[in-house]
Amino acid sequence: MNTVNTGDTAWVLISAALVMLMTPGLAFFYGGMVRKKNILSILMQCFIVLCLLSIQWVVYGYSISFAPNDGFWGGFQWFCLNGVGVEPYPDYAATIPHQAFMIFQAMFAVITPALILGAFAERMKFSSFLIFILLWATFVYAPVCHWVWGTGGWLKKLGVLDFAGGIVVHITAGIAALATALVIGKRKNLEKNIPSPHNLPFVVLGTALLWFGWFGFNAGSALAANGIAVSAFVATNTAAAAGGLSWALMDLIRNGRTTMFGTASGAVAGLAAVTPGAGFISVVPAIAIGLVASLICFIAVSVIKPKLGYDDSLDAFGVHCISGTWGVLATGLFASKLVNPAGADGLFLGNPKQFLIQLIAVGVTLVYAFAVTMIIYKIVDLTIGVRVDEKEEAMGLDLTQHHERAYTVLE
Amino acid sequence: MKLVIAIIQPHKLEDVKKELYAAEVNLITVSEVLGHGQQKGVTEIYRGAKETGNLLRKVRLEIAVNESFVEPTIKAIIKGAKTGNVGDGKIFVLDLGRCVRIRTNEEGSLAIG
Repeated sequence: MNTVNTGDTAWVLISAALVMLMTPGLAFFYGGMVRKKNILSILMQCFIVLCLLSIQWVVYGYSISFAPNDGFWGGFQWFCLNGVGVEPYPDYAATIPHQAFMIFQAMFAVITPALILGAFAERMKFSSFLIFILLWATFVYAPVCHWVWGTGGWLKKLGVLDFAGGIVVHITAGIAALATALVIGKRKNLEKNIPSPHNLPFVVLGTALLWFGWFGFNAGSALAANGIAVSAFVATNTAAAAGGLSWALMDLIRNGRTTMFGTASGAVAGLAAVTPGAGFISVVPAIAIGLVASLICFIAVSVIKPKLGYDDSLDAFGVHCISGTWGVLATGLFASKLVNPAGADGLFLGNPKQFLIQLIAVGVTLVYAFAVTMIIYKIVDLTIGVRVDEKEEAMGLDLTQHHERAYTVLE
Repeated sequence: MKLVIAIIQPHKLEDVKKELYAAEVNLITVSEVLGHGQQKGVTEIYRGAKETGNLLRKVRLEIAVNESFVEPTIKAIIKGAKTGNVGDGKIFVLDLGRCVRIRTNEEGSLAIG
């Protein structure tokens, strides 16, 4: 019988709460970027994901993601948390109650689908959104989560390193964002008028909440209050800071002024990029990961996106998929057994095989998540239709989908 | 001199501005207003309490022009703002008594352009 460690348990529970806060944080991060007629739709989509997937997770999501199984996804033996109790489950975490691990993972399952909504912001029907998200959590998130983290998962057996969800969270959600942006099409009148973010202070508030919550996301993924948690915490803060500085610098070079929006975006890019490697790398690689993440995301959203012409409204692909992919590959370069003996050495420490494994995991996840997201989108579109009509889009989703408005004009 | 006041749909503002610039009408004032015409407003629900007939967001344009620009201005607004649905808005044209440019004390037609 494994014994529960109180310090570890306390840290994982606090981390779960920190990660929970990231979903409302994301809501403000995204909500500030849209026009004021659509902010409630963004807040509502994030909030309902928190409600919907919290239930999905305890009923069957956790089981199909984490119950031991060698196949496509986990088994159904943990349906409704049957057998998931307060005793530790050593395959995942030997010193905390199994349910603590489960609720920590629940928060990841919640925020991942919420990340996608930046791609189709301001034009998706709420009813279609609910069905899309539920199917996506079931057929994209759960299998990939099982492959990478679940007992019996094939990428786990291959030896892939994904400390806190570069593959499972950022690549799956980021590539799904690209897929949905491509099929749903642009917002109306975009050529004439690229809408300004209606409330940049909200974007900054959201960024701050994300950065704060990310300590739970990454350092909590050590699943213990130990040295690895500390080094992941340090790497996380370092990469976020490097990302923010790097974007500010590129703003300065390219446009002559540093911007608040850019600096906040850079911090998020740095955070997403450091996620897969947080517990395997030391501080200098963390700086490099953050600096480069902002550089490539900056190029992706300000140079490549306008050229290709898709409307990933809030850059869910441009920030999360790009920096997540970079982070997973960078883990294959910088990982060190000196930092985490349970990990592996990367290419720069003489182990090119690890880089290859990371590359395979990225490739397979990109293809799988893109294809299945497309299928799910098409199913929802052919049955109830995904996009709001033109008049509803013009009036805004707050009034048409929810019969509410965020701001009054008078009083 | 006339004062043209137009109430339009907020999302048509960019189209109207584009048409006005094309007609060489460059000086406009824009404000956000609430309005209620044939469109009858919308239903809003707050914690279950239903409110009907609420006012809709509109944009109000004010454009002071010389006589020769009145028709081009009206045409440009219609071209930019028309969707064919109720709620497209209205244009009012008023006689303008006097106009003074603050910077130069110029008056009348000179001040308007």
